[in-house]
Amino acid sequence: MAEPRTVADPRPAEPAPKPGPAGAPAPGATRPPLRHRLAERGIDRLLLLLLPAVATLIALFLYPMMYGVGLSLQPRSGGIFANYVEFFTDPYQSGTVWKTMRLALPAALFNVLASVPIAYRLRGRFRGKRLLTAILVLPVTLGTVLVADGILRYFGPRGWFNRVLLELGLIDEPLRLIYNYWGVMFSLIITGFPFAFLLVLSYLSGIDPTLERAAATLGAGPWQRVRRITLPLLAPGLATTFILSFVLAFSVFPSANLVGEPADETRVMAIAAYQAAFERYDYTMASTIAVLMGAFELVVIALVLLWRGRLYTGHTGGKGA
Amino acid sequence: MSGGVVESVRPQDGFETLRMEGVTRRFGSSVALSDLNLTIRGGEFIALLGPSGCGKSTALNCLAGLLPLSGGSIWLDDRRIDTLPPERRGFGMVFQNYALFPHLSVRRNVGFGLAIRKVPKDEMRRRVDEALKLVELTEHADKLPGRLSGGQQQRVAIARAIVIRPRLVLMDEPLSNLDAKLRLQMRTEIRRLHQSLGLTTVYVTHDQEEALALADRIVVLRAGRVDQVGTPEEVYTDPVNTYVAGFMGYRNLLRLPVASRSGDRAVLAEPGLRLTGTVREEFTGDTAIAAIRPDGFRVVPEGGGSEGERDGIRITVEVVEFHGREVAVEGVTETGRVIHCRLAERVAPGDKIEVCAPPERVLVYGPGGETGE
Repeated sequence: MAEPRTVADPRPAEPAPKPGPAGAPAPGATRPPLRHRLAERGIDRLLLLLLPAVATLIALFLYPMMYGVGLSLQPRSGGIFANYVEFFTDPYQSGTVWKTMRLALPAALFNVLASVPIAYRLRGRFRGKRLLTAILVLPVTLGTVLVADGILRYFGPRGWFNRVLLELGLIDEPLRLIYNYWGVMFSLIITGFPFAFLLVLSYLSGIDPTLERAAATLGAGPWQRVRRITLPLLAPGLATTFILSFVLAFSVFPSANLVGEPADETRVMAIAAYQAAFERYDYTMASTIAVLMGAFELVVIALVLLWRGRLYTGHTGGKGA
Repeated sequence: MSGGVVESVRPQDGFETLRMEGVTRRFGSSVALSDLNLTIRGGEFIALLGPSGCGKSTALNCLAGLLPLSGGSIWLDDRRIDTLPPERRGFGMVFQNYALFPHLSVRRNVGFGLAIRKVPKDEMRRRVDEALKLVELTEHADKLPGRLSGGQQQRVAIARAIVIRPRLVLMDEPLSNLDAKLRLQMRTEIRRLHQSLGLTTVYVTHDQEEALALADRIVVLRAGRVDQVGTPEEVYTDPVNTYVAGFMGYRNLLRLPVASRSGDRAVLAEPGLRLTGTVREEFTGDTAIAAIRPDGFRVVPEGGGSEGERDGIRITVEVVEFHGREVAVEGVTETGRVIHCRLAERVAPGDKIEVCAPPERVLVYGPGGETGE
């Protein structure tokens, strides 16, 4: 809720003149001590509390990353960009980009879109909400390997899924759902959905339910209320959720090996990097692929953020907004 | 204000009466609203008054269609409407937290109901402009609601509710989030809109002053039941019971022994206190409750007649608040009762004074009522 202001003054208050040495100090005025001038700009000893976090970040993230970038520019043979040139000219390597995108984009999109109706139904209070949420979130705790094991049994040629379809006469021979694209897709959905769902649920709970009721009294039916009020307010949250789901799915590695076809259909970038590093011992190429993974992710993230930037992202009236 | 402006928001299809018959709403095992019967005439301003939890907001949400009824029915003339969803009732509603759509500009907020109704662009623009002019927000039309002050947001909410020319406007404590000065200003604004547009309005509030100032008729609710329905005058001067009296500013509710009774006059007395009052509620027995407003008292000059035969309450002044031409005094009687009065005389804490009230300003109720003790 906005602070009540006098009606006559609709403009936001003028920012207070900057304290400290914004202009030339008045002649004769004594300059305040350096410590005070720094404190006015938010620099004081409290900043030291950031030191452990900054040190960790530099040691465990920034340094390895820069080291990797440096490594990728020192190929075994050729000029500094030789690895990059090789990656893009060898279809066996450059094809992994498409194979990864083909898994990560639809999986992230599905996880986000499937979360919306379920979270919409589950917001607010009702009996058994906790139990239902727990069941939906459970796969997070299982770990990829366990999920992969389950997928192999359930979706296998002799698994329940195919047996039921065969019994019902819907299919004549078992569907091939493991050791290929679909196996990895199922795994990405099972492990990625809970993250997306929890995020969407919290974004939805941040939207004031009175807004939809107000829309109802103005004549909007259920679908119009969702389309004109809830979805526009939820869209920035969906964009963020999509980005996180996408990043999660993009670095898929275990399930691409365990339930996919790592030699061909699900040879994702992570597998290519792994093979370069631990089968051919070419760390420079592995680093190149890792750097490119980051680059492609950033491209997708940038596109989504560009779209998100055009949306309304202010407060949505509810708790946690 | 020009006639054209008024025309564009005047309700198109009015109605003769809106009847709530035995409207009941339960939440689990608790009854929020019990058997509410109320007939609202077209053009009337009704205030539902009561403390929080009395069922007034429940009644409003039932009217709006935001809460299904547990029992009873609502009729618009001879059409039953309590089974219609909110979007098909054609009522405008103003919410306590305004409920403006934060992602839409003021203009698109106000135009929302018209856009849903697929009103042609030209007409929509004209009607939105006129509604904005009516609430004096024309220059803010293209801002997002978050950029406006509380009072401005409330005016957007009102414009949004009336631009659809509703049969009925429902207001749920619309002023409770505003500061005191703005509240008075908006109160006048709402009254002015009602008078110039003739909009039938149901207004929920816990503030008796607001209800008295705005309403044609007041419905006083307590614990889901109606205690009294009447004009502000009736409810103010003749509350049916001590609960309504307490709500209407009768701060002194004194349970006292009855000394004598003749016709509609009763004399209540105890050491240091004697009051003659008007009987408002039949009772038997030897105790009764006297209800007196703080401004019903005046100071008795010293030595005015013999003790025990004239009315008066001897009090020791404890707290004095300055209120301009008057002071609000809290005093204690010999028997330890607290008396609130507003007096023209300047008194100081520790003073011993005697106050009295004329019989017509002392209302006597049976001993069963609430005194808030």
